[in-house]
Amino acid sequence: MISGAEIMVKCLEAEGVKVVFGYPGATICPFYDKIYDSTTIRHILVRQEQNAAHMASGYARCSASGIPGVCVATSGPGATNLITGIATAYTDSIPLVAITGQVRSDLLGRDVFQEADITGACEPFVKHSYIVKKTEDLPRVFKEAFHIASTGRKGPVLIDIPMDIQENEIEEFVYPESVNIIGYKPNTKGHAIQVKRAVEAIKKSRRPLIVSGGGVLLSGVKPKFQAFADKTGIPVISTMMGIGVMPSEHELYLGMLGTHGKTVANLGDRAVAAPHQMSENTTVIHIDIDPAEIGKNVKTEIPIVGDMKNVMNMLIESIGDYKVSNQWQETVKTWKKDFLRVPPVFEGFVEPRTLVAHLSAMLRSKAILVADVGQNQIWCANNFRIREGRFLTTGGMGTMGYSIPAAVGAKLARPNRDVVVVCGDGSFQMSMNELATIAGNKLAIKIIIMRNHRLGMVRELQDKNYNCRHSATILQGDPDFLKIAEAYGIDHAEANSNEEAEEIIKGMVNSDKPFILVCNVYPDTPSI
Amino acid sequence: MQYTLSILVENQAGVLSKISGLFSRRGFNIDSLAVGVTNDPGVSRITIVANGDEYVVEQLEKQLNKVIPVIKVKRLNEGEFISRELILIKVHCAASKRAEIIKTAEIMQAKIVDAAPSCVTVEYCETSARVKTLIDMLKPYGIREIVRTGTIAIDRGNAAVSV
Repeated sequence: MISGAEIMVKCLEAEGVKVVFGYPGATICPFYDKIYDSTTIRHILVRQEQNAAHMASGYARCSASGIPGVCVATSGPGATNLITGIATAYTDSIPLVAITGQVRSDLLGRDVFQEADITGACEPFVKHSYIVKKTEDLPRVFKEAFHIASTGRKGPVLIDIPMDIQENEIEEFVYPESVNIIGYKPNTKGHAIQVKRAVEAIKKSRRPLIVSGGGVLLSGVKPKFQAFADKTGIPVISTMMGIGVMPSEHELYLGMLGTHGKTVANLGDRAVAAPHQMSENTTVIHIDIDPAEIGKNVKTEIPIVGDMKNVMNMLIESIGDYKVSNQWQETVKTWKKDFLRVPPVFEGFVEPRTLVAHLSAMLRSKAILVADVGQNQIWCANNFRIREGRFLTTGGMGTMGYSIPAAVGAKLARPNRDVVVVCGDGSFQMSMNELATIAGNKLAIKIIIMRNHRLGMVRELQDKNYNCRHSATILQGDPDFLKIAEAYGIDHAEANSNEEAEEIIKGMVNSDKPFILVCNVYPDTPSI
Repeated sequence: MQYTLSILVENQAGVLSKISGLFSRRGFNIDSLAVGVTNDPGVSRITIVANGDEYVVEQLEKQLNKVIPVIKVKRLNEGEFISRELILIKVHCAASKRAEIIKTAEIMQAKIVDAAPSCVTVEYCETSARVKTLIDMLKPYGIREIVRTGTIAIDRGNAAVSV
């Protein structure tokens, strides 16, 4: 005989899961009792459930296996705390399997202690969810959940498991070899005729431009994508989620588009693709694995539904020896040169944009930079000179407090890479409780806090649109972050100039311990 | 623009709320909704009638297709399907008006299914337009209660929305 809880652990093992992030509670205790014995799965105890979801997200984004990140919480508040993390993964299309304990099935709907309708509450934020009614169903549900989370447009799947289902025993455990979900057959192939039309349109175009999103990274097709750009000479701009598809210094890469993007990228964008001012002569080719995205926000002439992995191969094959005109290539290069500028320095403060621009050179080439949300995110998105590494941030949901937990996930997925967090003093305080997770697991994560005593991004909005009335954006009562670091036993330092900061960073990257660097930033430093 | 969607779903808990959630989340109202099991007990059909422009309908169709237990979504083409709804109308009916109301029901091919000293109940199974006509005709007598189902619809001819 085997219990539901033991089956849950065996399912995770069968899926190749190596790390789960979670926080126990009464209704998930049967599972916790069994995972205690697992020899292949490491459990990371978080300090708040939302961060377990962010960690699973950071892990999934960086791990080489492509296996969804896994987070676990108990029923009621544990489960509801997960929601923001799940929603963040949903908007960023990150594969996640979230497991929640639930009250006994005979008590469902009676509003007993720590009961919450979590499948109902998460419904708009999950790709799919299950509430398991029979222990026998567990293997199929797990198999389907991992399949759904990691195929098609990736996303979070929630499995809610009542305590009695975890406790009940069945004869034997058999993990299904395949799934058959009648309503779920994502189209990943890419339509050959559409690809042909796309190639014809590219060849006819005088100023072709690639706008890349996060899908290129999610489908693991970066090297082929770069080869395609190199071969054709088509310039590339990216969304925030797409940062890293090309090295920042690559002559064909113009940066991130958008209201907070690089002027030069927007120049390219305006020249050919800005949705609101697109000329009649613009032809939009939209490649997406999710058919519902086609035509949702941008009018599209040539849609291609499919996985970039397949579509990229087809494009490379059918584009042949095509190369963009020299004139267009030269125009793009001039733009890139013209817009290089050095931000002004304020005496006694760290200039964050310059620091972030120099950061990459001090790290190994495959470094992972995790930015939080706010001004720090824009400073990083526009200035970090990414090489072969990753840039993680939440571009969809924009959840403050994402960076520290996401970095924990990233470091566990890639222990040999430099993992650096850049956050603000606002966002740091949204998840600084996870310093315990970092210290407890001896994770060599380096945290750079850009301290301006402001919620800088909102304050900028107030300057622009609300007559400089700084309602609730001045941080008061903040603790001494160095003492916080000290309290957790984490090495730390403070910098008041870029020279100082760079000196400290050069030292900290070589240590195999976590580090917190507090950079004092001039309060009026703008995002861009 | 009014449109009719015929949706086949796996017969499992929570599907209906997933689907109605797709509408409410975008601020769209559903005019009518009907659910019933098909010839395959594992599969249910949901028929939705709603309003929206081409962009809205296309988005909804695509989003509905993303819901995992949804097997098939089809927008029925205007004029190429048969639709029905069932209505029960309880009408005030003094003895002096009884003959008139029975006549009205006869003209519309509706059935009187219950009667009491001061009211009658009329049953009618027709298209939404015909149902509206009957309601308009009975209104002058005073309607006490209306109970109606959502519209169900099926393709004309050989076409079928099936698994």
